[in-house]
Amino acid sequence: MMQMFNNMWSIMAVPDNFPILVMAVLVAYFLYLSFKMGLANDRLRAMARNADGGLVDIMYPEAERGLPDKVHVWPYLVRIEFIAVILTTALLIVWSILLDAPLEEISNANATPNPSKAPWYFLGLQELLVYFDPWIAGVYLPTIIVVGLMTIPYIDTNSKGNGYYTIKERPFALSVFLFGFVGLWVVMVVIGTYIRGPGWMWFWPWMEWDPRRTVSSTNIDLYDALGFQSWSFPMGAGIFDVFGMVVTLGFFAVGMTVPYLWLRKYKPHEYARLGFVRYNIVMMMLLQMIGVVVKIVLRLGFNIKYVWVTPWFNV
Amino acid sequence: MPQLFDQIKSTQLYRSIMRHGLEPTPRNRVLTILSNVFLHLHPPMIRRHGCKLSYTWGMGGITFYLFIVLTFTGVLLMYYYHPDKANAYKDMKYLEYDVPLGIIMRNMHRWAAHAMVISTWLHMMRVFMTGSYKPPREFNWVVGVLLLVFTLLLSFTGYLLPDDQLGFWAVTVGTNMARATPGLGHEGPFGSEMGMTPYNDVRFALLGGSIVGGNALLRAYVWHCISLPIIAALCMMIHFWRVRKDGGISGPV
Repeated sequence: MMQMFNNMWSIMAVPDNFPILVMAVLVAYFLYLSFKMGLANDRLRAMARNADGGLVDIMYPEAERGLPDKVHVWPYLVRIEFIAVILTTALLIVWSILLDAPLEEISNANATPNPSKAPWYFLGLQELLVYFDPWIAGVYLPTIIVVGLMTIPYIDTNSKGNGYYTIKERPFALSVFLFGFVGLWVVMVVIGTYIRGPGWMWFWPWMEWDPRRTVSSTNIDLYDALGFQSWSFPMGAGIFDVFGMVVTLGFFAVGMTVPYLWLRKYKPHEYARLGFVRYNIVMMMLLQMIGVVVKIVLRLGFNIKYVWVTPWFNV
Repeated sequence: MPQLFDQIKSTQLYRSIMRHGLEPTPRNRVLTILSNVFLHLHPPMIRRHGCKLSYTWGMGGITFYLFIVLTFTGVLLMYYYHPDKANAYKDMKYLEYDVPLGIIMRNMHRWAAHAMVISTWLHMMRVFMTGSYKPPREFNWVVGVLLLVFTLLLSFTGYLLPDDQLGFWAVTVGTNMARATPGLGHEGPFGSEMGMTPYNDVRFALLGGSIVGGNALLRAYVWHCISLPIIAALCMMIHFWRVRKDGGISGPV
């Protein structure tokens, strides 16, 4: 039974893959910690009110309530930092003695390794290459991810949760961020490290990484798969597919208007707080994130390569 | 013995270096922070929960410390590394087998780099979970995202320097994406309409050539050791300054 996972153990034993294991464990732990603190805070807020009827300060446990809010940095913060520095250094030194950094053969432009992988922190982007053309996966999506991260403080108009853990008070922000960071980014790094093998083929943990394994799968475009060939016509050096245009633009059109109508009807104060510009930015970003997942499902589940084909670009 | 210490402490030499006592009085505690150039990065007093690892996780501080470790080990490695194709790989072998403690130095540099990428991500996660990007801290979050990008770029440029199969092909995969840039890459949409060829597009600008050759190695080295650390250090200065100016560690009102 254990022999089934021989390949998995040998991948995990590669020193350069060790940080990914550390990252997965730490992300899981801190996710647990922030949820524990957030739920505890939510419960506290729900039940505790002080003598004036105002909300209890949720930062400190009961025992610390009477103590002054500010403490001296020397020694109280500095000694914790000192211990953190010592522990980090000790861990680093032990890690460096036990595990050697990889050094493969000298670079050879004529011998391409299979699989040829990007550094682990970019494996998420390399995985996207399965679902999108290089200009989207390698240029557009990384740019929009960075820009999207930068816009977060300006599109988040929810004034709650400023400076403390909470789950109940910011469900939308938390779900979108955790979906993007843990659900998409971290998971794709893990997939890129442990699941993608030679030829970037999908190898479950119990499979051997056989470069000669043949997986025959003919990928088909959406208009072809659904029988809308007559909606496409040759143009220039390629094909222009009208069905794909309708689907892609329709996805965004429906995705922008339906939530708008829903918000106006059921949560008008939330829309008023957002405003027209912010709403558009939020929905465009969210729709693109969901679009990535849709493309992944279409490709992995139905072997659909492109949703929209044009002579100049393919989505 | 105590008399000897008292005598030393009253000399001109001692009093010119240590300008205040170390007894745990509030005045001394404040002075220890305010009169030290490194420590006065901190305020003299902070809100109580700033000392709690369960609130802060300490990841921002650990990231900064790892940056210092990387600078220190990186400079040590620079004494033994030549950034050209003929020597780079050989120097890695020298570090591994010849240079005393060379292998520890190299390992520390590499693992600290991986750890720094992870701690940056965890710091971003903590700041998000505590909503510490909300007003008045919006712009500091933007500076933080820039630091994230520079951390990843520092790691990426360093990945090429050993000039082994791993680094060479990882950077080939990465920079090959640049040739697909719309308009600026010779294989991207509208690239050929803009007159892009493999010898003048944005990938050529990055690599200093059409292949990941000697020019690319030297550029990666200069980016990795000079340009990116300076830009990252400037962003760190702004980042830490803004933490102070935005009211210190975040917390409920």
